[in-house]
Amino acid sequence: MTTSTPAIRLRGVTKRFPGSAQDAVSDLDLDVEQGSIVVLIGPSGCGKTTTLRMINRLIELTSGTIEIEGEDVTGLPTTQLRRGIGYVIQQVGLFPHRTIEANIATVPRTLGWDKARIRARVEELVDVVGIDREMLTRYPDELSGGQQQRIGVARALAADPPVLLMDEPFGAVDPIVRTRLQDELLELQSRVHKTIVLVTHDLDEAIKIADKIVLLNVGGVVEQYASPDQLLREPASAFVASFIGEDRSMRRLNLATVADLPYHQGPVVHLDASSAEARAAMEDEGSEWLGLTDGERFLGWVDGIEVVDGRHLGDLDRFLPAAQVRPDSSLRGAMEVILNSRTTVAVIDDDGRFGGTVTLERIRRALAAPSADTNGDGRGA
Amino acid sequence: MLLATRAANPLIRWSYFTEQWDRIQEALLQHIQLTLLAVAAGFVISAGLAFLGLRYRWSIGPITLFAATLYTIPSVAFFGVLVNYLGLGLLTALIPLTAFTILILVTNIMDGFNAVPAPVREAADGMGLTPSQRLFTVEIPIAVPYMINGLRIATVTTVGLVTVAAIIGYGGLGRLILDGLRRTFWTPLTIGASLSILLALLFDLLFYALGVWLTPWAKRKQTL
Repeated sequence: MTTSTPAIRLRGVTKRFPGSAQDAVSDLDLDVEQGSIVVLIGPSGCGKTTTLRMINRLIELTSGTIEIEGEDVTGLPTTQLRRGIGYVIQQVGLFPHRTIEANIATVPRTLGWDKARIRARVEELVDVVGIDREMLTRYPDELSGGQQQRIGVARALAADPPVLLMDEPFGAVDPIVRTRLQDELLELQSRVHKTIVLVTHDLDEAIKIADKIVLLNVGGVVEQYASPDQLLREPASAFVASFIGEDRSMRRLNLATVADLPYHQGPVVHLDASSAEARAAMEDEGSEWLGLTDGERFLGWVDGIEVVDGRHLGDLDRFLPAAQVRPDSSLRGAMEVILNSRTTVAVIDDDGRFGGTVTLERIRRALAAPSADTNGDGRGA
Repeated sequence: MLLATRAANPLIRWSYFTEQWDRIQEALLQHIQLTLLAVAAGFVISAGLAFLGLRYRWSIGPITLFAATLYTIPSVAFFGVLVNYLGLGLLTALIPLTAFTILILVTNIMDGFNAVPAPVREAADGMGLTPSQRLFTVEIPIAVPYMINGLRIATVTTVGLVTVAAIIGYGGLGRLILDGLRRTFWTPLTIGASLSILLALLFDLLFYALGVWLTPWAKRKQTL
């Protein structure tokens, strides 16, 4: 995909556990781009956790090579290797006998940072993960599950490693907290740009946070390595199709945003447009209603019948409010708005500015098109 | 007559404290010494056995069986038999006392290490702690409350057992008790027994305090 060296590179990676007749992971090749989130997912026994743990050598590979930023992981002592890789696990594994501050400081301390530097870094990190500094003197038992998980992330980021490995990091918290932690991870990632490899069994989570998804089958066989949208749009095999399930188009609605749709003016004209222009706009769209703008804001809908020559459009009765969506809302959100409104059109509103319109038909076409993010203007099937 | 005997032989005659203070003091110090030596030796041996058991899981069965067998030996017989080989000496008193602590200590130490949650170990490894860093900064601290518990039980038991060693002349306060029994003179017996009980309670309290001090993070879990 890119010309730069992948941050993590797996070649022919194979793991066979002693006493097992089959490979847990078999001849796996994988490139993880710098600064991207790659999610490993698949049924149990697919070797996703084994693969993750081979990267920091908690499990030693049987054959093959793993490189991090061009360096073979077997070239370093394991302790040194792991101090350069952030590691977050489902059960967090905070040290119960250490304060939050000491927990976060684990790796910097091991690396011999001075006290002032550690203190500054710890305070920076709790701010980043949204934990109150007063919590620093508490013990892990005194924190909620969500807070513990945030501290786990802070601890993993402490020495600013370029790579972060996360093994079902949000699997042990309730769904509301999980959603929030996912949002926070994405927010965090937009600032820190780590290379993240994350294991999950939750497809929605994978779709939400991954730049690319690796769908593994039993024995560590890659069924598909693709962006979430591509995975949902073009499952590479029957296995992939069945894994992602029947509602893949619905899932894609969650993935794409209104801004991904091609810009569409809709039956909307400027207040000062002529009646001929207004009629043309309605005709193009097959609409009986006309929207008006003042060049900036959307002003409201007028009945097409009232558009007659010689009458200024601004004098017509306007109907408000219009159904509105924001450019960053998901297509699913936009559909919801349209289905709940009396018009079949939602107005895209970006902080008061008119940005175009969305219709159910436009959404349907976008999903049917080869790619929702590049060419949504394709014809419907 | 009976009344007169009672009056002459009360449960405690307070003057005994002043008259025999040297004797009481000597007995008390010996009692403390025997207890601490036995528990300390027992702890060192048990730590070694626990390490073995945790390292080689198959050895847990034999180790436990060995410790339990030691524990089943009647104490009087244990002291008595050893006299034949080692004579009347400190070592003869210490060996059984130490042996009786091992079952309690070894199981508690192993429990402590087994109480380290697997994710905590995994996180420690995943962050690149060396095995000895993991042992000293993570596993031992987490095992401390269990070790303290073992030490509390072992110490209290040993304080009681030391009195039995009086039969070979090394019983600390037990010698006062034995003396009282032989002479049907209640005062030394009462004093010996009471001080022994107080000593056990005191040790227990000290270890409890040590535990609280060492494990501020687990204070809510500690119980008196």
